[in-house]
Amino acid sequence: MSTTPILEVSNLRVEYHGDNRQVVAVNDVSFSIGEGEIFGLAGESGCGKSTVANSIMRLLKDPAEITGGQIRFKGRDLLTLRGEELRRFRWKEIAMIFQSAMNSLNPVMTIGSQMVDIFTTHEGISVKQARVRSAELLRLVSIDPVRLDSYPHQLSGGMRQRAVIAMALALQPSLLIMDEPTTALDVVVQQEIMAQISDLQRQLGFSVLFITHDMSLMVELSHRMAVMHSGRLVEMAEADLLFARPLHPYTSSLMNAFPPLTGPRIRLTGLSDAVRAADGSGSCAFHVSCPPDRINCSGNIPDLREVEQGRFVAEHPRTNLEGAAA
Amino acid sequence: MRFIVRRLAFYLLAFWVSITLNFLLPRFMPGDPVTRMFAQAANKMQPHQIEQLRQLFGLDERPIWQQYLTYVHNIFTGQMGVSISRFPTPVSEVIGSQIGWTLLLGGTALVIAVVIGNLLGILAAWRRGGVLDSVFPPILVFVGSFPYFWLAMAALYLFGVVLGWFPIRHAFDAGMTPELSWTFFSSVATHLFLPALTIVLVSIGGWMLGMRNTMIATTAEDYILMAEAKGLTNNRIMFRYAARNAMLPSVTAFGMSFGFIVGGALLTEVVFAYPGVGYQLLAAVQGLDYPLMQGIFLTITAAVLVANFIVDIVYVRLDPRVRVS
Repeated sequence: MSTTPILEVSNLRVEYHGDNRQVVAVNDVSFSIGEGEIFGLAGESGCGKSTVANSIMRLLKDPAEITGGQIRFKGRDLLTLRGEELRRFRWKEIAMIFQSAMNSLNPVMTIGSQMVDIFTTHEGISVKQARVRSAELLRLVSIDPVRLDSYPHQLSGGMRQRAVIAMALALQPSLLIMDEPTTALDVVVQQEIMAQISDLQRQLGFSVLFITHDMSLMVELSHRMAVMHSGRLVEMAEADLLFARPLHPYTSSLMNAFPPLTGPRIRLTGLSDAVRAADGSGSCAFHVSCPPDRINCSGNIPDLREVEQGRFVAEHPRTNLEGAAA
Repeated sequence: MRFIVRRLAFYLLAFWVSITLNFLLPRFMPGDPVTRMFAQAANKMQPHQIEQLRQLFGLDERPIWQQYLTYVHNIFTGQMGVSISRFPTPVSEVIGSQIGWTLLLGGTALVIAVVIGNLLGILAAWRRGGVLDSVFPPILVFVGSFPYFWLAMAALYLFGVVLGWFPIRHAFDAGMTPELSWTFFSSVATHLFLPALTIVLVSIGGWMLGMRNTMIATTAEDYILMAEAKGLTNNRIMFRYAARNAMLPSVTAFGMSFGFIVGGALLTEVVFAYPGVGYQLLAAVQGLDYPLMQGIFLTITAAVLVANFIVDIVYVRLDPRVRVS
């Protein structure tokens, strides 16, 4: 864990424009990732974590729009990159692994040609050389290089995901964004993939932005992590600290959403969602922590505040500073 | 390879079914169109030709299986009887003399419409909501929904009769004999221009819209996003990633259309007096020329089957997922 951040996201705000309404998907989100650091971003579906990832890659399309904030990568302002500059930047500096490997590979092109075009486009080397480099990459993720000539549907789910990881490492990016990389895989394969990513990270030293809703998986892998809800960060801390003693009630309910394999049977608490209006009016954005009678409803999630060295939490009337809730 | 053999077997079976139907239909026909046809043509025919025709239509007295064997034998040796409207030319010769022009006209028009239509569709979907996307589809659909014969006659009248830019009938200048010379080719090209243009105009909108719609669905796929994240160039993403996947339904449609070209573009050939199969088919229907009709139908069936077979093979090359391993 280094101290110089390579990625700094500050006060990022992303809105989706509908015909009649606007939705704030990411609201005033700030965090940074250090060199060689694995930063986890957790949250339920629809909380805006993929939108954060796509903002960093500058992949947001209409009707999504970045309406505020800054994203700096190695001191460079990413939001001002245009056209050719942006194209060259992608994958070279930041690569991304998408949710479902089956869908992120072109079904009518061989694995090889989908790896080769990374090299031929970015480095201008010959196809022959590019194939040699691609074969090395496949070996790196323990796939037999004969698979260069296979089509995606001829590989198993785990192999496809490993092939995507190999592609992501092709240009040795300094930051790797993983957007739920193992969601589509079963737990056994999931463990293998995570172990492999962890090995590769130690070996190559890149930083990782790791996005998932699986808290236990995240704690295993990440150095620091943040919890996101309704487009806002509610808590950010060292991973093991946060896991051992969640301060925000949403963090603990997200962790409790996974039933334990052993122990007594307890009723699981659900996570409810609320519509977010652009002007911040309307329903309370944080139902789950509201008392049943909805008294003292603060309306919106407050900003993060440093409560201890390196520990940030969005203060809330019921925020439990003394220890873990439940 | 095994895949191709299996497809081939399937198409041979289909061909056998279609020629068998072609054999049975006249024999099951209620009433007696055959006798009517004979009455019309009898004074032109030699007795042995009438006998041949009677056999063709199952009016001979032999058992049906013998008739069937003769029929199959005749088909595979290209003997489809004698045309009545163009007596005494054999049907195979009549079709043979027309089919070249039909293939030229239909093939040229189809290839141009498919290439331009698909390109427009790709570009329109890629810049969705752009100028190309908002201007072309309505115009092309508007043009495409004109009654075809009206459009063809308007073009013929305007460019052929009033302006005199293009010849108004036939496939080459009168008095010319087909030969391998520049003057002959240019004559063929000027005669081809108007008929091909009208076909392209009415069909291009369908190709464009079809491509545009599949393309839009394809650009929403994750692998397009990944390709973009990979920092590939716009052109490569558009053609190698998006269009490459979106063209698959177009390939099928292209193959089907190619098979039906053989049937001739009936209205076009009639309006422009183009000497193709469609023109001949009209003459055959008007002249109750059953042997010629049967021959043309058989040719169309065979062409559609062959075109489908080729599409099957090409499709396997284009989409690895349908390969049987």
